[in-house]
Amino acid sequence: MTDLSKTGAAVGEPVRAGEPPRAFLEVRDLKVHFPTDDGLVKSVDGLSFQLEKGRTLGIVGESGSGKSVTSLAVMGLHRLGSRGKNVQMSGEIWLDGKELVSASPDEVRRMRGRQMAMIFQDPLSAMHPYYTVGNQIVEAYRVHNKVDKKTARRRAVELLDRVGIPEPNKRVDMYPHEFSGGMRQRAMIAMALVNNPELLIADEPTTALDVTVQAQILDLIRDLQKEFGSAVVIITHDLGVVAEIADDILVMYGGRCVERGPVDKIFYEPSHPYTWGLLGSMPRIDRAQTDRLIPVKGQPPSLINVPTGCAFNPRCPYADVPKGGITRTERPELHEVGGGHFTACHLSQEDRTRIWTEEIAPKL
Amino acid sequence: MISYIIRRTIAALVLLLVVTAVTFGIFFILPKLAGQTADQLAQQYIGKNPTPEDIAAVKANLGLDQPVYVQYWDFVKGIVSGATYDLGPTTVRCDAPCFGYSFKDHIEVWPQLTERLPVTLSLAVGAAVLWLIGGIAAGVVSALKPGSFFDRSAMGVALAGVSLPMFFTGQLALLLFSYKLEIFGRTYVPFTENPSQWANTLFLPWCSLALLYSAIYARLTRSGMLETMSEDFIRTARAKGLRERKVVVRHGLRAALTPLVTVFGMDIGLLLGGAVITETVFSLHGIGEYAVQAITANDLPPILGVTLLAAFFVVFMNLVVDLLYATIDPRVRLS
Amino acid sequence: MSETETGAAAAAVKAAPADDEKPLLKVEGLVKHFPIKKGLLQRQVGAVKAVDGIDFEVRRGETLGVVGESGCGKSTMGRLITRLLEPSGGRIEFDGTDITHLGVGGMRPLRRDVQMIFQDPYGSLNPRHTIGSIVSAPFRLQGVEPEGGVKKEVQRLLELVGLSPEHFNRYPHEFSGGQRQRIGIARALALKPRMVVADEPVSALDVSIQAQVVNLMDDLQDELGLTYVIIAHDLSVVRHVSDRIAVMYLGKIVELADRDSLYASPMHPYTKALMSAVPIPDPKRRTQKSERILLRGDVPSPIAPPSGCRFHTRCWKATEVCRTTEPPLAELRPGQRVACHHPEDFADQQPQDTVLLSVAKEAAELVPDEVSGKPGKPGKPAAAGKAAKAPEETPAKSSTDESQ
Repeated sequence: MTDLSKTGAAVGEPVRAGEPPRAFLEVRDLKVHFPTDDGLVKSVDGLSFQLEKGRTLGIVGESGSGKSVTSLAVMGLHRLGSRGKNVQMSGEIWLDGKELVSASPDEVRRMRGRQMAMIFQDPLSAMHPYYTVGNQIVEAYRVHNKVDKKTARRRAVELLDRVGIPEPNKRVDMYPHEFSGGMRQRAMIAMALVNNPELLIADEPTTALDVTVQAQILDLIRDLQKEFGSAVVIITHDLGVVAEIADDILVMYGGRCVERGPVDKIFYEPSHPYTWGLLGSMPRIDRAQTDRLIPVKGQPPSLINVPTGCAFNPRCPYADVPKGGITRTERPELHEVGGGHFTACHLSQEDRTRIWTEEIAPKL
Repeated sequence: MISYIIRRTIAALVLLLVVTAVTFGIFFILPKLAGQTADQLAQQYIGKNPTPEDIAAVKANLGLDQPVYVQYWDFVKGIVSGATYDLGPTTVRCDAPCFGYSFKDHIEVWPQLTERLPVTLSLAVGAAVLWLIGGIAAGVVSALKPGSFFDRSAMGVALAGVSLPMFFTGQLALLLFSYKLEIFGRTYVPFTENPSQWANTLFLPWCSLALLYSAIYARLTRSGMLETMSEDFIRTARAKGLRERKVVVRHGLRAALTPLVTVFGMDIGLLLGGAVITETVFSLHGIGEYAVQAITANDLPPILGVTLLAAFFVVFMNLVVDLLYATIDPRVRLS
Repeated sequence: MSETETGAAAAAVKAAPADDEKPLLKVEGLVKHFPIKKGLLQRQVGAVKAVDGIDFEVRRGETLGVVGESGCGKSTMGRLITRLLEPSGGRIEFDGTDITHLGVGGMRPLRRDVQMIFQDPYGSLNPRHTIGSIVSAPFRLQGVEPEGGVKKEVQRLLELVGLSPEHFNRYPHEFSGGQRQRIGIARALALKPRMVVADEPVSALDVSIQAQVVNLMDDLQDELGLTYVIIAHDLSVVRHVSDRIAVMYLGKIVELADRDSLYASPMHPYTKALMSAVPIPDPKRRTQKSERILLRGDVPSPIAPPSGCRFHTRCWKATEVCRTTEPPLAELRPGQRVACHHPEDFADQQPQDTVLLSVAKEAAELVPDEVSGKPGKPGKPAAAGKAAKAPEETPAKSSTDESQ
């Protein structure tokens, strides 16, 4: 375990199913499908990644890419409720040596909120409007700790203070609607951290916030991770956020991982045409770029009729570069292109390097 | 808070005044539209073969020849300080609160109302307890397993409950359980006299009324619950690792039932003003039955009295609902 | 009033006639207060000062970007200049015509010239109408019969925004978010407007789609000679699309400048903080965290905005004068108007006032070298301790008389 942890989060050969995990969080060939009247929605369709404690993984993708479903799957959340009755899930999720997909719902429930915790996009709707902030934190603490209300309340105040909420003694008895957006997200973080979770999943934690508040919250998450040493998964559509905070990045498209690797690789030597597309479509505040953006043509794929072959092929400008129409017939597997950097693309190493250095990089 | 209640009470009183004024106006105009003169109206109050002098006297004494606002003012004055009706040969004293005097039955309206109110109250409250328990339970279970066998059958029963008319289900139940099987009595007994007998005679009306309402409440609860259970805060509650039962009860139900408070307040308010059909079907001498009698007899004072009482309950329940809301939902501020 | 201010004011006067043409839109002292009513008699007890006295103009053919955080009044401003809202005060002039208080009838001709694009491509299209009827609605409302018939014109518009003319009979739910935004744009362009006000036109869209729409708007501007006012919270998008940019804070414009000057050297501390807060998609920049100014706390309530300079409760440079006197929006550098007593990288406008406000000292958490070395700064404002009180709104005093 110890020497393996040095290899980082996204690194590692594919592991065969059933083998014991090599990382703190290990997801193997995860599939989450939802049957609907229109057909089977393949929200996540064969996703694998690893994450060590103390590291931050950024999952990047557009709406419908499966990034949120992945996080809910790890938390075991989408199997609950009326919609969860007929979700089809396969693969393995190992957290700290325990497999979660095959575990009983109650086993997963007991880990939820204690070993793994989650913060959500919109803190106003994610908190119950009828209970005080303190009450909700106390509840989260007492689910997993047999303590009296007074002790739990002290813990709530302590955490509110830790996440930078002024006058925590007073604020603990206030309702969510009496907080500002940034304060609410801080309180949400306090609630998630109340049991010192080893895995923290943040699903678009700053998307609903103003930019100055976003900076505060990202700063807070970074500090807290240093302090608690937990593994963090940040799910976002904003490449700026992951560049800021992630050690490793996983790019999702159409329910699959198209590229993953260390943050520097993804930004400076991206290897998948979709990643190129994301970088090209993004206006940059740090550059006086007057040229046009380079958008990805077309629309995101349907998750019911995912294009055959590479899911990105209908939008890919280089779909015809590999010979024999392979991009339309064969699904590219994730393979290493060097230094813990994986890509799922049919382009040959030479073509990829040539296109990146000659066509893409100069325009970014 | 206090000032809010005071303000709302004043507003309620104003509303009640408006309701009585409108009702008064309608019953003042209706006979005129039907072509009745003040003379003919006055004639109704006296026995057969009145002399024109008698009619004139009654007309003058009762103010039937006065303009509408004067008559209305007399009525309102009566509520506050009582009234005396001079019918020529006899004089009737009607003490405050005087809600009018029925010249057809020769009886004051207010004692009738107070006498009949316990019946209506027993009916409404008993039925409400039944339909709240039945409706909400059925709605919650349906919402947690949408599409399940229970959900489909419960919603089927609910649909039947809403669409079957009370005079059908009520009559049927009465025929079967009371006349045929003789399980339930048919004569109302006050609670204070014999509680078990009270419940026994009221059981069928309760059930008939509750069937209708629990059908509505089950549907409302189901849709409210379905909506709430897909809220983000439910996901948060689950993410904490709470047991599903706690998620449903503590986080789901409370939010889902809030809108039901409004509906419930209105329903109770309306029922207290007379459960007309139920009381008629089961021959309960409640407010509703009184209203039916008065309308059939075209007797204005009882109609006015019942309308005012019904309006009072609706307005009062509205106030209660608003106060309840503020205690349930901290985002609602009373100011 | 200090001499520098007078000089700046003079410069502003001089700059105005330098333009060849008169501006297309001219806004002076624009105010919008939403009254808050309370009690039985619905007495007005206060007002949300959404827009509280702003001046700017939009030049022909340019793109004016408006940025600010939620609650700064940028959307209200957009609705005021398109006259979807009635201003509480000030003056709006479109192409030389005063449109401040025009009624529905009087606005009719203007509705052809000024169009609006909204953020939500889902909410702004009626789901029961076909694309054809949505895009042709402006013709019906204005009673205009385009050349070659309505249908032909609508199909031309659909092609213009990159949709297929066959989409004419389809319904909005058959389209993706980006396509719906294109439909909204086609509708806005139906009457050949001269100015388009776009409120967060791309913020509901995915990154790859966002770029498509940004490029489309860019092309249409070139093709049709449009003038844009683009309201957005995303500073990267605004930088990309705008020629000039107005930065709003609590109902005021704090800085209005050419794009390049603004991003190269922001002069208002708020602009600087705002820009430094944007996460940059470049992992190497992460190490240079010292560039970032972390503002403390939240934007105060627009019901009782702080006195003087509205930013003084969160500004690390604030002095006594900032609390008492509202700084005028003055042209300090050519093409860069700033409302600040102590602008960045520029001569201090109130050099005699040096004592930092204690509230403000705690207001911003920043790296010491940000401020040290600046003239008139007594030492380093220590990065505020955790115990520091969040800057609650200072009790609302009526803003002191302005010294201009």
